[in-house]
Amino acid sequence: MLFEQILFFVAGTGAIAGALGVALLRNPFYSVLALVSHLIALAVLFLLLRADFLAAAQVVVYAGAVMVLYVFVVAYVGGSDEPLRPESGGLLTTLGPLFALALFVEISIAVLGSSLGALDTSGPEVGATFGSPGEIGRLLLTKFLLPFEAASFLLLLAAVAAVLLARKRRGLEPDGSGAAGPGPGGVLRGAAGGRTGTPT
Amino acid sequence: MSAQWFVVLSAFIFSIGAAGVLTRRSPLVILLCLELMLNAGNLALISFSRMLGNSDGQLFALMVMVVAACEVVIGLGIIVGMFRRRLPIDVDEMSELRG
Amino acid sequence: MKTTDFGWLVLAFPLVGMAISALGWRALPGRLPGWIGSAAILGSFVASLGMLQSLSNEPEESKQLVGTAFTYIDTAGFAADLSILVDPLSVVMCLVVSGVSFLIHLYSVAYMTSDEGFARFFAYLNFFVFSMLLLVLAANFVLLIVGWAFVGAASYLLISFWYRRATATSAGIKAFVINVIGDVGLVIGAFLLFDATGSLDYFGVFEAAPEVFGRNDPQLVAACLMILVGAFAKSAQLPLHTWLPDAMEGPTPVSALIHAATMVTAGVYLIARCFPLFELAPAAADVSAIIGTATLIFAASIAMAATDLKRVIAYSTMSQIGYMILGVSVAAYGAGLFHLVTHAFFKALLFMGAGSVIGAMSGIQSLDRMGGFRKAMPFTFVTFTAGALALAAFPLTSGFFSKDEILAYAFNRGGFYVVLALVGYVAALMTAFYTFRLVFRVFFGPPVPEARELERGHMTHGAHANPATGEEEDTGVGFPGAEHHIAEREWAMKAAMGPLAVLALIAGVLGIPGLTDTLEHFLEPTFESSRFHEEVPSEGAEYAGLAAGGAFALIGIAAAYYFILRDPTLRLKTRERFAGLHRVLINKWYVDEAYDLAIVRPAAAAGRFGRTVVESTFVQGVLVGGTVGIVRAGTALARSMQNGELRAYAALLLVGLACLVLYFLIVAT
Repeated sequence: MLFEQILFFVAGTGAIAGALGVALLRNPFYSVLALVSHLIALAVLFLLLRADFLAAAQVVVYAGAVMVLYVFVVAYVGGSDEPLRPESGGLLTTLGPLFALALFVEISIAVLGSSLGALDTSGPEVGATFGSPGEIGRLLLTKFLLPFEAASFLLLLAAVAAVLLARKRRGLEPDGSGAAGPGPGGVLRGAAGGRTGTPT
Repeated sequence: MSAQWFVVLSAFIFSIGAAGVLTRRSPLVILLCLELMLNAGNLALISFSRMLGNSDGQLFALMVMVVAACEVVIGLGIIVGMFRRRLPIDVDEMSELRG
Repeated sequence: MKTTDFGWLVLAFPLVGMAISALGWRALPGRLPGWIGSAAILGSFVASLGMLQSLSNEPEESKQLVGTAFTYIDTAGFAADLSILVDPLSVVMCLVVSGVSFLIHLYSVAYMTSDEGFARFFAYLNFFVFSMLLLVLAANFVLLIVGWAFVGAASYLLISFWYRRATATSAGIKAFVINVIGDVGLVIGAFLLFDATGSLDYFGVFEAAPEVFGRNDPQLVAACLMILVGAFAKSAQLPLHTWLPDAMEGPTPVSALIHAATMVTAGVYLIARCFPLFELAPAAADVSAIIGTATLIFAASIAMAATDLKRVIAYSTMSQIGYMILGVSVAAYGAGLFHLVTHAFFKALLFMGAGSVIGAMSGIQSLDRMGGFRKAMPFTFVTFTAGALALAAFPLTSGFFSKDEILAYAFNRGGFYVVLALVGYVAALMTAFYTFRLVFRVFFGPPVPEARELERGHMTHGAHANPATGEEEDTGVGFPGAEHHIAEREWAMKAAMGPLAVLALIAGVLGIPGLTDTLEHFLEPTFESSRFHEEVPSEGAEYAGLAAGGAFALIGIAAAYYFILRDPTLRLKTRERFAGLHRVLINKWYVDEAYDLAIVRPAAAAGRFGRTVVESTFVQGVLVGGTVGIVRAGTALARSMQNGELRAYAALLLVGLACLVLYFLIVAT
């Protein structure tokens, strides 16, 4: 129990630190790295919550693949420090954090208020299979078959979209010449990686 | 550990993500903050699932991850397209799509 | 034929005449519209005679007959028929109106020749006669008001007959506005009566009145006062008199017919008709008597100083109608109506004579330019003098018997009516004076150039100009015709003026007290229910009154002779000595100026205020502009939200989310 609490606080701190880093760091590259650390901390929290498969998926898929994608793009686009404008964005820049704070307070009240009383429990005893890959898989193919299929359709859409977006359209680019990008590789890894060719 | 802790933490991360979306000007960073918000939602889902002893929440979180990935693909594709067209990577500059 | 059928015939003839002239004028050549119009009125007169004959044959008790054409309205609580009343009073009025109108139509055929609007004139005249007959034949207040309004409209149309003259059109508008004030009063009065008695029929109201109203009941007094407003506006009594002198802008036959013989007597007719109400509300009758008296001396005073020939005669009309109103207000109905009849004769005659003189002067109406027409226009001179004698109440003329009978009755009533009667005698003196002032100035004295030309047989043709302002005019439609006509050269004018002159002199036989009293007896069936029916002055008192009146008339004529013919410089010396008084009289006691200050200017200012402040600033600026501004601001706000800023959109999304969460939070607690 105590171990769990300590682990919670450590992971929680890591998650918050990562989140703050994402939002506050000027260099986008550093933001990406902060997000990675945030994701890993979140994975630890998932483990605490007996969501084994999801923790693994988080690390492997999210932190591993999606973040790598981000790194590539940041490297390509050039994550230069955001130039500070004289007006520095105006009203929203000052009001944004305030508003977010208000949002946090509101949700906290909702959560900690008396209406969500059941939150104040540890939850029932769950079996060993709770959150295991087998369990997840079984549910995917029985109870959540439709969402599963829909999700795969969505991924297909994303892949097609990526190909379309990566296409060079004639006359639209300042440097002309339309070479079609190579076909997609693996679904997640290659979606935007299909255009790893150097721009001409 | 009652679920309250996790949900409050999730709310905190969500609001940090919201602040980031409102404040930052680079679309890349905005997307990253969007990821934060999605992850916060995931955390909440999973903590509720643990609280209820029901795996449905975890599956939902999995779906969220899938959707997040797809969204990242498209978002980054747009950013790359913007870069290729030599447009400034700044949401305040990109305001021609008016109503 | 039933008696009431004659009544419908009386109405039908002028209506048909009007329709023919109005609709078919293009097809009627030359003076045919005039002959058709005159024939229509002749038909009406003959039908009136038939009505008289038939009524005389009716048995004693049923001397008041109502003929209904159809039911006009019949709803819950209110019923009105299109019905006419044939009784001695309406028969007398019909005879006078149709008879005098016929003669005036004859006169107009000659007078209006060469006017481009000849057919229009006769259409209007026939319309007027129809309306007047409708007014006197009506059996209920509804038809009375219809006739009343039509007569006002006809008056407007005829006053502004020469419509391209600015003075004529403004005079027409003035007459119409004041008439409308009277109309409103009459309608309110009729409504008050309807409210109390539930009926608009004469007999219904008169029979219900003693039961519903006590003596001097406030509602009855109010109703009678409102009816008086209508009567005074139509009969040009104080304070609604200002339109009558200006109405002389119309052609002379119009002045003769409408503003002497018929329309202005409608008020007298109304008071006589509603006599049961006035006897039940003596307060209103007293008001009427006082105003009648005030008018008669007011008008007589102005007539002594006025210099326009037609206007002097107009003021004398105002004054004589004051006598009639005094008469019917002190319950001397027979006397008042007798004076109405005789006045119609001699006043129409005077106007016709004036028209002839003005024709000789080629349109000029100013007394100062006239003189010595006696030798040049003998016929006009004789007839005009006959009318003047009757007006001045020279002994044994018709006016003598009628006017002095009224004053005798007033004396007999006693109380403060004696004062009114005395004022009446003073005014009679003034009447004789100003009447013969006219005669002597126009016909006596050294002849003016126009008269000398005429003696040689040559009529002067002056420039065509507005007599009042001197503006140049042409002779097209809307202006007087090119030719001027005088009685000596037109047989139609002679045919009209001759009979009237005779009647003016001998019509007194209808009412010689003690000897004939024809008219009074004839009118008895109408007025026998009067409270004062038995209160007649003794014959001795009447003869005394007549003698006094005759004496005053002779004194007045002598004074006029002395002032004007005997010592011409006396006139100017008197004018200088009484310069202030003279100025007041010339300016008609400044009544017009008072109205201008009190009513016209504030109304104009209110109109200006409405246009500038209310309309421009408030309605246009605040209401319209404000609405437009609000809409603009709203759309600008909506437009500003679509600015393409991603972060703004994101902010909106999150705000919405927060509100949603808040809602669920509130709902859940």
